[in-house]
Amino acid sequence: MTPGPPAARTDSYYGRPVIKAPAWSAQDIAGYFFLGGLAGAGSVLAAGAQLTGRTTTARALKVSSLAAVGLSAAALVHDLGRPSRFPHMLRVFKPTSPMSMGSWLLSAYGPAAGAAALTSVTGRLPRTGAAATAAAALLGPALATYTAVLAADTAVPAWHGAHRELPYLFAASATAAASGMALLTGPPRENAPARCAAVFAAVAEDTAFRAAERRLGSVAVTYREGRAGRLMRAARTLTAAGTAGAVLFGHRSRPAAAAAGLALLAGSACTRFGVFAAGIASAEDPAHTVGPQREALARRRTTLAQ
Amino acid sequence: MRDNLLSGPEPDPARDAGHQDAPPRVGFFTDTSVCIGCKACEVACKEWNAVPEDGMALTGMSYDNTGGLGASTWRHVAFIEQPVPAGRTRLPLVEPDTRGGDGAAEDSGMRWLMSSDVCKHCTHAACLDVCPTGSLFRTEFGTVVVQEDICNGCGVCVPACPYGVIEQRPTDGRAFKCTLCYDRLGAGQEPACAKACPTESIQFGPLDELRERAALRVDQLHEAGVAEARLYGHEPDNGVGGDGAFFLLLDEPEVYGLPPDPVVTTRDLGTMWRHAGMAALSLAGGAALSFALPALTRPKGRR
Repeated sequence: MTPGPPAARTDSYYGRPVIKAPAWSAQDIAGYFFLGGLAGAGSVLAAGAQLTGRTTTARALKVSSLAAVGLSAAALVHDLGRPSRFPHMLRVFKPTSPMSMGSWLLSAYGPAAGAAALTSVTGRLPRTGAAATAAAALLGPALATYTAVLAADTAVPAWHGAHRELPYLFAASATAAASGMALLTGPPRENAPARCAAVFAAVAEDTAFRAAERRLGSVAVTYREGRAGRLMRAARTLTAAGTAGAVLFGHRSRPAAAAAGLALLAGSACTRFGVFAAGIASAEDPAHTVGPQREALARRRTTLAQ
Repeated sequence: MRDNLLSGPEPDPARDAGHQDAPPRVGFFTDTSVCIGCKACEVACKEWNAVPEDGMALTGMSYDNTGGLGASTWRHVAFIEQPVPAGRTRLPLVEPDTRGGDGAAEDSGMRWLMSSDVCKHCTHAACLDVCPTGSLFRTEFGTVVVQEDICNGCGVCVPACPYGVIEQRPTDGRAFKCTLCYDRLGAGQEPACAKACPTESIQFGPLDELRERAALRVDQLHEAGVAEARLYGHEPDNGVGGDGAFFLLLDEPEVYGLPPDPVVTTRDLGTMWRHAGMAALSLAGGAALSFALPALTRPKGRR
């Protein structure tokens, strides 16, 4: 701002963070991202399995989706500062709040997933079951991707900076988890679509993550270092191994399919916990807040000068 | 949902929030060039608002043992000790000691910067936008306040704030921040911190008036040779649509722990929902393809 000789300048207030990292527990919220994805994408695969006569897989996926959405709702409530006030989530319908939209989505999806699972297991009310299966399959993709907006709609550099890519990463990771669950619980004669979905998911996840890294520039380091780096590398290895195992051996051997499925599930969980950890790391280092903002200011000044 | 309510200039946020006949928008102008770091604002804020203690630890970094804004710290006096930047004029606050002799203070080559930080009461407040319960709301004065009886401690406002102001109190679970003394405003009083400030570093009043006053003050300082004086957060077209609490600083914002170019995250909300929608469709499409491909290859033997 002032012309003159360059002086020694500090770029932060005693190295303290500029923004506040969320106080969320990783287990609850990253766990919620993973379980919500597993449930949502699982409902889509369940509907497909149902339509194509893969009834064992369909039933297993419906049950896993119900379990996952139940656990994810429990994680959300557990993470509240005032769990008894959970019903306040439904006081308003607020499109500017991803948490509000997610709460409404959960309250519509949850019963649908529950009805789909119960009718499938008991074999009663087949029409209700079909309707519930369809409803869960329609809402499932939204449940799997809205959590990316929940994370990105913050000032956290590693999340907001990747707000265009994060939904695709989450969709891919959710598909990987659901195909993993299908491989784990379904018989090999029914798992061709799951193997196919695993390949799509692995390719899409890798593409989305690379795009996010490019977009993030200097902030991308938060996905490579420390806990986040270890988790993201583990996720890549597990997803690749799971996909390769599923494609090569998934149709021949039940144990191989199950192992591949477990690897895919673990890979998806690592991705979500890795994204979460990268966000925390980026919030705690003032350089990741100040650096990109300085660059934006400099870019604007150059445009103004021209 | 009109886009211009999520970012960009917005002259009357209170009216846009549904307050008919809203009084003029009020705020703070904190002139850090006259702050003496006495922390009377911190104390007055705590006393008036009955804010609990925020830790009795010594930071060991400076005379600032408060650290930063948080759930139990709604005013925070930053204290920076730094070498006087080369080529910069000293702030002529006090007449030089002309008595001569050994009594004249030696020039240490260091300077102290002090600044009382506070919630910015943004025109486009990310905390308010992302709050799922409606606990955070826009008052008739254009300020942003948390309703303690509504907040359920979801904590999403905490990372949403581009200034790191709002925080959950660990012992309580709910989120807290400066209310700009909503109760005092309602009774026609100025906020406790501004009332307590002995040097009028913290000035309270209608925002338009404060902006004029701040422009005059920064001109005055420039004329006095303090070229590094600059306003921070005053422009209605900045990333948060103008701050309800803005500052006169004597160094770059990040030196005071302030972000140099904060942007309300909800500016990109439309883009985010659009990509989430596309991603959801891609997920459904990918799944459909995963069932279609094996069906096409089925004649070779069902798998």
